Amino acid sequence: MIRIEEVTKRYPGGHDALRGLTLHVDKGEMVFVTGHSGAGKSTLLRLIALIDRPTNGQVIVDGQNTRKITRRRIPAYRRQIGMVFQDHKLLYDRPVFDNVALPLVIAGIGHREAARKVRAALDQVSLLHKEKQFPETLSSGEQQRVGIARAIVSRPKLLIADEPTGNLDPDLSLEVMRIFRRFNEVGVTLLIASHDIALIDQLGCRRIALADGQLQVDEEEDVVAEYAERLEAERGQD
Amino acid sequence: MAAIKTSDALAAPRKTGRISGWFVLHLSTAVAALGRLSRQPFASLMTVLVIAVTLALPAAMHVVIKNAQSISASWDNALDFSVYLHTEVTLEQASKLADIVAQRADVENVTLIPADEALAEFREQSGFGDALDYLTDNPLPHTLVVRPGSANTEVSMGLLNEELGNLPEADFVQVDTEWVQRFHAILNILERAIMMGAGLLGVAIIVIIGNTIRLDIQNRREEIEVTKLIGASNAFVRRPFLYIGLWYGLGGGLLALALVGYGMYALAEPVSRLSGLYESAFDVLSLDFPESLIIIGSGIALGLVGSWIAAARHMRRIEPR
Repeated sequence: MIRIEEVTKRYPGGHDALRGLTLHVDKGEMVFVTGHSGAGKSTLLRLIALIDRPTNGQVIVDGQNTRKITRRRIPAYRRQIGMVFQDHKLLYDRPVFDNVALPLVIAGIGHREAARKVRAALDQVSLLHKEKQFPETLSSGEQQRVGIARAIVSRPKLLIADEPTGNLDPDLSLEVMRIFRRFNEVGVTLLIASHDIALIDQLGCRRIALADGQLQVDEEEDVVAEYAERLEAERGQD
Repeated sequence: MAAIKTSDALAAPRKTGRISGWFVLHLSTAVAALGRLSRQPFASLMTVLVIAVTLALPAAMHVVIKNAQSISASWDNALDFSVYLHTEVTLEQASKLADIVAQRADVENVTLIPADEALAEFREQSGFGDALDYLTDNPLPHTLVVRPGSANTEVSMGLLNEELGNLPEADFVQVDTEWVQRFHAILNILERAIMMGAGLLGVAIIVIIGNTIRLDIQNRREEIEVTKLIGASNAFVRRPFLYIGLWYGLGGGLLALALVGYGMYALAEPVSRLSGLYESAFDVLSLDFPESLIIIGSGIALGLVGSWIAAARHMRRIEPR
């Protein structure tokens, strides 16, 4: 799904945010990217979202080499990817429903179909009853869930999230992660940047640690297996 | 939304869904833009007012010129012909001729100015009184002042002029049209000057709207960034601003019409009093339908151009960071 090949990103001023990073994420994976601030997590996501272009190397997303995507084609490319942000990036001048509907409106989807999809997305984040409220009236956790609903409303195959739980307390964070987990179970590939190691350990997904723009740790199978066991146990309790 | 049968929904092919989606998108964008303007009624009204005044200025000038032209057109038909007779024509012959000419259908009345009277008048008005005493004969001919009927057209006036000139007694016929022609020339120059002024004012409107939209774009920078981040094209983020420009232009055009209309209304009474004094039935011409459409149309066009320029210039620079 995502293939990062020898990617270097040098910002004006000479700072190297990524230095020859190579990284593969398969379809249907849920991957966490960790690291200190400045390690290159955000830069990685920015390259995938085409907010920035790599200085060197290739970023290939769902078979598309981002280098070949022209400025004019960027909007269509971004519509295939769901994005969740630390600061939610909601539009505060319109209600929850309109916020979630925005990607569908952009894609030119008819009103009826859009309304159905918006309600489905809001239902998945358990906010169906708040569709008429304005974002300001919601708690931070609820706002983040609105942001997630907006990211998934057009059913993207890939969802990227930059510190989605950065402003949330542990309980809310876990809730958000559970929502992500459910998407992953229906086949969505997720790439989540986070520094909340404790939370990630609790989830037990593949974890990629970046340090100084380079790959430090890429731990996989054993942890996933461990998570599966724990999930089993959790379900037994419910 | 009205209840729609499931069968209809299923039968509707995807393409019509897209088109109606497109239509709904434009409609809702237009309505949203209007809503945004109405949330800042004072600022919006100010902008609309500036545009309206800028549009109303040349429109009002145009109406004034148009009325002046219409008045002077009626003057054309009220011109008198001075028919100078040969000097050998006697007063008796001249008087007879006056009666004959007066019977023409296209002539309202004829006044005979005998040569003696004309000389006396000339003596009085010219200040050559003493010099004229040295003349042995009266050098002036008898003159018929022919006032054409009011039903005359330009063509029948020309014909009358020609036929009067062809009278055997007539030496030559003079129509004093020169000052009317000068007046027309002045009006034409004014009309052209107004056109040029209107062009400059049009540029001013583009600048006003462009600047207003630019501020609006800056205020909504974050919203534009977010929308672009989730896949909106430049056209999509530009559209609401174009609609705002359109509403400004339309509002300005309509208000300009109202301003001109009010001006006409305020002037109607004094004008009718004045035309009453001249015993003329003068109808004040207002803006006609095509002219009104032109004003509204140029308001809309200028609004769109102004917002387009602002959007094209500033939208590109706003990219997600």
